[in-house]
This record gives sequence, C-alpha cells and structure tokens, in this order.
Amino acid sequence: MRYIPNTEADRRQMLDAIGVGAIGELFTDIPEALRLKRPLKIPPALAETDAVKRLRALAARNADTERYNSFLGAGCYEHYSPAVIGHLVLRGEFLTAYTPYQPEISQGTLQALFEYQTLVCQLTGMEVSNASMYEGASATAEAILMAHRITGRHEVVVARAVHPEYRQVARTYAAQVGLVFREAAVTEAGATDLEAATRALGSQTACLVVQSPNFFGGVEDLAPLAEAAHAVGALCLVVVAEPIALGLLKSPGEGGADLVAGEGQGLGTGLNYGGPALGFLATREQYVRHLPGRLVGQTVDREGRTGYVLTLATREQHIRREKATSNICTAESLIALMASIYLVSLGPQGLREVALQNLRKAAYAKDRLAKVPGCAVRFRGPTFNEFVLQTKQKPATLLAQLRRKQILGGVALGRWYPELPDGLLVCVTEQKTRADIDALVAALGGTR
Amino acid sequence: MSDTEHPVGTRGLVFNEPLIFDQGSPGRIGYSVPPCDVPAKKPEALIPPHLLRGPIPGLPEVSEVDVVRHYTRMSQWNYGIDLGFYPLGSCTMKYNPRVNEDVARLPGFRQAHPYLPDALAQGALELLWELERDLAEISGLDRVTLHPSAGAHGELTGVMMIRAYHQAQGNPRRKILIPESAHGTNPASSALCGYQVVPIKSGPRGVVEPPAVAAAMDDQVAALMITNPNTLGLFEEHIAEIARIVHAQGGQVYGDGANLNAVMGITRPGDWGVDVLQFNLHKTFSQPHGGGGPGAGPVGVRKHLAPFLPVPTVEKTTDGFALDVDRPQSIGKVRSFAASFGVMVRSYAYIRSLGPDGLKRVAETAVLNANYLMHRLKGAYHLPYDRVCKHECVFSDARQLPHDVKTLDIAKRLMDYGFHPPTIYFPLIVAGALMIEPTETESKETLDQFIAAMQAIAREAQETPDLVRSAPHTPLVSRLDETRAARQPVLRWKPKN
Repeated sequence: MRYIPNTEADRRQMLDAIGVGAIGELFTDIPEALRLKRPLKIPPALAETDAVKRLRALAARNADTERYNSFLGAGCYEHYSPAVIGHLVLRGEFLTAYTPYQPEISQGTLQALFEYQTLVCQLTGMEVSNASMYEGASATAEAILMAHRITGRHEVVVARAVHPEYRQVARTYAAQVGLVFREAAVTEAGATDLEAATRALGSQTACLVVQSPNFFGGVEDLAPLAEAAHAVGALCLVVVAEPIALGLLKSPGEGGADLVAGEGQGLGTGLNYGGPALGFLATREQYVRHLPGRLVGQTVDREGRTGYVLTLATREQHIRREKATSNICTAESLIALMASIYLVSLGPQGLREVALQNLRKAAYAKDRLAKVPGCAVRFRGPTFNEFVLQTKQKPATLLAQLRRKQILGGVALGRWYPELPDGLLVCVTEQKTRADIDALVAALGGTR
Repeated sequence: MSDTEHPVGTRGLVFNEPLIFDQGSPGRIGYSVPPCDVPAKKPEALIPPHLLRGPIPGLPEVSEVDVVRHYTRMSQWNYGIDLGFYPLGSCTMKYNPRVNEDVARLPGFRQAHPYLPDALAQGALELLWELERDLAEISGLDRVTLHPSAGAHGELTGVMMIRAYHQAQGNPRRKILIPESAHGTNPASSALCGYQVVPIKSGPRGVVEPPAVAAAMDDQVAALMITNPNTLGLFEEHIAEIARIVHAQGGQVYGDGANLNAVMGITRPGDWGVDVLQFNLHKTFSQPHGGGGPGAGPVGVRKHLAPFLPVPTVEKTTDGFALDVDRPQSIGKVRSFAASFGVMVRSYAYIRSLGPDGLKRVAETAVLNANYLMHRLKGAYHLPYDRVCKHECVFSDARQLPHDVKTLDIAKRLMDYGFHPPTIYFPLIVAGALMIEPTETESKETLDQFIAAMQAIAREAQETPDLVRSAPHTPLVSRLDETRAARQPVLRWKPKN
C-alpha cells in the first residue's frame, strides 16, 4: 500500500521489539464478540490511475461552469480565482499543518491568519475578526447566539430577505436554547421594510439580522435599520453572503453594524458544489471576549522579536469546556488563506474594479431581460450582481428549456418564497461576457 | 542515517517577511481585470451614492511576484506533515495523498454550483451517496449525514438529533454524561444544546467502568458521549455493557469517532451499541488539516434516529440520485447547501484507494506504530497506563519534573530535533501529559529517529536541563509571550499615524 511505508520485515522487527507474536495480539483488548469477522463491504482498492478515472467519470456528470453558461448565485458565486491561489495553498507547509498550537513552528499560518483578520476588518469596517468560521449560515447562527449572550435577551428579528438557508440554520441553532424569531418583511423595492422591522423590535430583542446585498440582490440602507435596533438596545447583525459587493458598497461597520457574519466563498475559493466555504465573523472591540472561534494575536518572543500566537483561549472549549463561547475548533484556515491571497492580489483598485464589473454586467442583463416579452424585473430598488426576474412561464419550465441550450438561467425562488412562485433569481458576475448575457436574453425570446 | 549527533532538523535559509500591509506601493496590483464589455455606467447611476464607498484604505497594493514571495516565505516558517513526523495525539496527522488534491480540483467538482438541478449534478450526488454507504459500513450504522463542517460541528449535530429524538418521545431530558478524559468539544457541544454536563470518572485501568455509568444514569440523562478508543489510546473494553446500561433507561450512546483510525475494519461502533457517531474526515480519512481546516464531521446514526437527520439527505431513486428536503422530523439545517463537498471528494478518493483490506491495514499499522513507540519510550518516560494501546500512547513528565523540566520544555526541545511535538497537557486526567499518535504513514526509521530524540531529551533533562528549558533554539522565533498577547490583545494590523 503506497501510503503505508512499513514492510512485512519492518512489522516483524517491531513486533519482536514489543514482544508479541502477531498483530492480532495488539487487539486482544477488544472483546471477541465485538470484532468484525468479515471484510468491510466496500469496493476493492483502486490503483491511483483507476481512482482518477473513477473520479473523472463522476465529475463529468456535473454541469460545471466551464460547459454551461451559468447565472446561478444565491449564496455561491462564480468569480475568477487567480492562479497564484491554487499554487500557494498547495504548499505542504500550509496544507499539511495542524491548527497552530505550537507557535514557534507555525508562524506562517499564524501571520497569515493575523493578516486575514485584518483584511476582514477592512472589508467589513469592523474592529476585530476571528480566524474563520465554517461557512456563512452557521457563522450567522453563532453571531445570533453571541448577541443573545451579550444582551441576555431571547428574541431575534430576522429580515425575510436574509438567505433562506441561513435563516433555517439560525433557527436550528437557536431552537436549542429557546430563542424566538420574528420576521421583517420585504418592501416592493426589494429591501427590508424599516417600519415592519421597527414594529418587530422590542425590549426583548437581542439583535436585528439583515443581509446586504440581500438574498434578492437588493442593496440595503443599513444605517436606519441599525438605528432602529439600537433604539431598543438591540444589536445589529449584518450578514454578507457576497463579499465582492464590499469592494463598492459602504461597509456594514459604517452602516452601524455591531456584528458582521458572512460567507467568504466569493473571494476566489471556487464553487465546489457549496463547500468547503469560509465563514467570517467580525465585531467591535468591546465584544471580543464573546467571540467564538480562534483568534490570532501579535506578541514578542524571549528575544523581543515580533511573533504571533493563538490568544484569548479562555473563551474556548479546550479550556472552558461546557462554559465556552462555542464548541468550534477546526474551522476553515486554508480557505481563509485563499481569501487573503485573493484580496491581497486584487488590492483596493482591483477589488473595486471587479465589484464594478459585477454591478455593470448585472445592470446590463437586468435592462435587457426587462425588455424580453414575458419577463419583468420584480423589485425596483438598487441591486448589486443579482436580481429577481418575474416570468410569465413557470420558472421550472423555463429553466428546463434553457438547460437544453446549455444555460443555467437562475434559481427558482418558489421553494423558499411561496409569494414569489414566478420569481427567478439571476446572478451575473464579472465572469459573464456580454455574449453570455445576450445568449440568455435570446434564449428567453428577446433579441440579440 | 540520523542519530542524535545528526538530528533530522537543521537550519535552512529562512527569510524575514513583514506583514503584507507594510509592503507595496500605490498603484501596484497582482491581478488583471479583463476589459468591461458592457456599458460602463457610473456606480452612482445604479446605487444611491450614500451607500457607496471608495477604494478600501489599507488594503495592500502589491504585484503577483510580491504575493508569491510573501506567502512562500511565510510557509517556510511552518511545520507540516510533508516536512516530517507530526505525532500530535488525537489529531491523526497522517500523510495527505496528493492525488486527492488533483481530483478535488477537477472542473466538474470545483466549478459545480450547489443549486444545480439534481439531474445535472448526478456525479456529485452519486459520490455523496456512495461515501455515505461506505461510512455507514465502516461504522456499522444505518444512515450518515455529510453536512457537518468539522468534528465539533458533527458532535453538535449529533446532540441536536438526540435532543429531537427525546423531544419526539415527549421529554428532551436534561443531562449528558461525559467521561473526564473527553475532548473539550464534547461538553461544549452539549452545552450549546442546553444540556447539563455530568462528568464520569475513569477507572484505575484508564477506562470507564460500568458501575460509574450506572450510578449516574437516570431517566433525565439524554445521552452518554464516549470516545473509543479513548484519549489515553485505550479501548473502552466495557463499551457494550455501558451501552446496555444507558439504553435500559432510554438514553442514547454518542460515540466520538475522532479515534476511528485505530479500529477500521476490526470492530465497528454500531456493533458496540453506539447510536450516533461523528467521523473526522480530516483525521481518519486524510483530508489535509490546512492549518485549522477545512475539515468535515459527518454523523452516522442508527435507524431510529434517521428521521431527525439534517436536510437535505441524498437518496437513490428510480431516476437516479436526488436531494430530499421533505423530512418533517428533521432537526433542520446545520449549514448552507449539502456538504463541504471538496472534503468529501478527497475522503471518497482515499477510501477507494485503500479498499477494505487497506483500511484494515491502516488500523493495524497505526496500532503497531503506537505500541512500538510506547514500548521503546517507557524506559525514559513515565507511562501512567502500561498496557496495550491503540492508535496513541500517553506519557507524562513525572520523571523529568525532579530536574525542573516540564512537558512544555520537552515539547519545545523536540522542535530542535526536527519533530513536531506531541499533544501536550491533554487528556487532563494525566498531569503533564505527552500524547503521542504516530499514525500508520510513518516508517520504522522515522519512529526510531523520534525515539532517539526523545531519549536524548530525557538525558538532557538530567545533564543539561537549561538546554531543554530554553528550547526551542532552531525555529525562527523562540518561546512567545502568550500572557502579553492575552493581556494586551493586538488582533489586527492598523495604519501607523
């Protein structure tokens, strides 16, 4: 077996050293009745070349974005990943290291995560970020639990325009400790209804949860929402599912957010059928001791040289056990590294330019599709790189027709929003060319 | 060949590398944005100006060359499995096959969107379905959810299912029993579900004794969480009887599968009476740990808990494979989309590469390597539980303490010899613990080099204790001031005024 170096001769020598006759004698502590007396029923071993063939055959049966003209977004975005990312994260020193428990020989991971924490702060306009969470939805759920711990309150107001899967995950987590959810509706402009949110907020509200750009692609005006939350002593949690938008939109921090949770997948990490992704969680300095997850801090060694360590560990499970802020341990360090390399490569100008292209291409698509007979834009408010198209034909029928032309036209909204049975969420990133967009328009019966 | 005169580790050319924020020059860029082929409308024409920001201040401006050097230089400050022996107990730091990296990057996986219609994602769904079947067979359980993103996430998901199960019987119950030797994630996961944690003491042989469980067991206990083999590396030999005691009062047995590597193909948690078990794909199934993730923590359950699995599940239908969200008793969702799919691809490739005989060989070799280390080192270090071990063995610093050399010192000194230290000060039930897990992917020569280094350090502790106490001497930095880091937290770079 190519991954197991020891030969029969090695095994023999080692058994002799231990003083046992056979490997089986090392398993005599397992009661006979509990032993498996047959081989595992899994397929036989494959040589590397055959394993690759099998995996290629499986991969070939997925409609990837190289073969299909895709307008799918909804929390997972197709952005270009510069070649350097793939190369650098394959360096074994990053790839095959554990969580940096021994800082003297983990400074690479530690400094990279310190830089990541800084980049998340810059992007979100917050003061402190942890070193990553699993993905956007569970990061949102943990941020809600954090707001609950900070305020001691038991209610949560969540905008209906927050990603439906994020809301589902938040409910799953919050149900364990009995938090009550209220919902804030969406206006005709496709944004969170400030009046509805204000009505739902009260003296028992731990936090108001809004997403921008929201699930319908709408850009939220965060400041009045945050003010409404603060007016009742609640925190404002802003969710970001499409981080590229922050290259152009005012940061949640500037909008008054106390907590920002989100998904970093858009930062050059690939689609990967939804994961691994990258949760992030940032907040204000005053709440740092309530943060879940790892934190990297700067310090000095015995000779006074700058170095980095995992810090404020008294929040964490390995020290505090059942009194910890969370159970989180392994998170998404390598994906955080990918996101960092992406942001550093783009820089302020590149990020702004990529965000602008998303905005412009989506605007172009929105204009063109609005003129297609049988199609209309559902909400009139400003959007970033996604928007809701209302179609005369059932979205399912329409999408099936488009698939025959190698087009993935969007995500039908009816499964989450019964009030939008004819809604189609269309995403246009910088990866779409004008020709790609025109092809969608033509396929829907518009003119090229 | 290496001996203590010629340690594995030595000094190479290592670079100083400042923070990326202290580098670069205005206008420098490491990315080429293609020309925009649609009308270049002003952002203010599309979004209200008060919601827009300018270029983000402080973001670095560097070239592609700067990026590559920055991260390559930093990588050289890290220790990884690719460099050498990484016997971090309970973390199963085995070799990470490179072919798995290649297949995970196939366009059909990497560029597949999670909201593809099922008919266009048949390859992904078949892979998930087969992986579920494989993990079910390896563990002896009936169904497996692949959703959880890490071991602790799997524990949380498992406890949520246990709670939902009891809730469906009319009472969620109040308590969870957890042996003192457990990972900290066990009590933390239980607490997230509102359970009170009741610690169970281990017996003199280092395993949980049935009477201790029986005494703590009542009809308010939702579950017992037990790690087997446990964190001392010992097989919980009374596991079947313990499971019977818990089941007799309607409780559930949660198996922490972190240490599954030692028993694959030899014995199965489902056959011990375990009802729920999380797999750590980043330990047992070779997903690279990446400096702290991504991992994945799929959870296997017995039939009676299957209705509570998170949605969606993957089902085989007459039309192929499909995602099923219509599960009324489900706990709901614990993450977005269907799984950390890339991790599943690597673990699937790993299981396919090894097959049934290979997996059993993994367990046998991991156990052989651990027993070999234990046997060879017990002359130099105190071994609190001297009996056959499974995947790992736990020593203590009891023999070095009289020379004022502690576990931390031994760990740091190992770096000078070119090794990553073992897990230290865990499990908590052994004072000054050194928890060593060699895994199956290390050769006898490597183990011998490590043994020689450990023996040399034991000698140094007697003869030149200062040398050990002041270690490490080889790495880029010496011991770091952790107290200062916690008392005056600096958690991000800030521009100098």
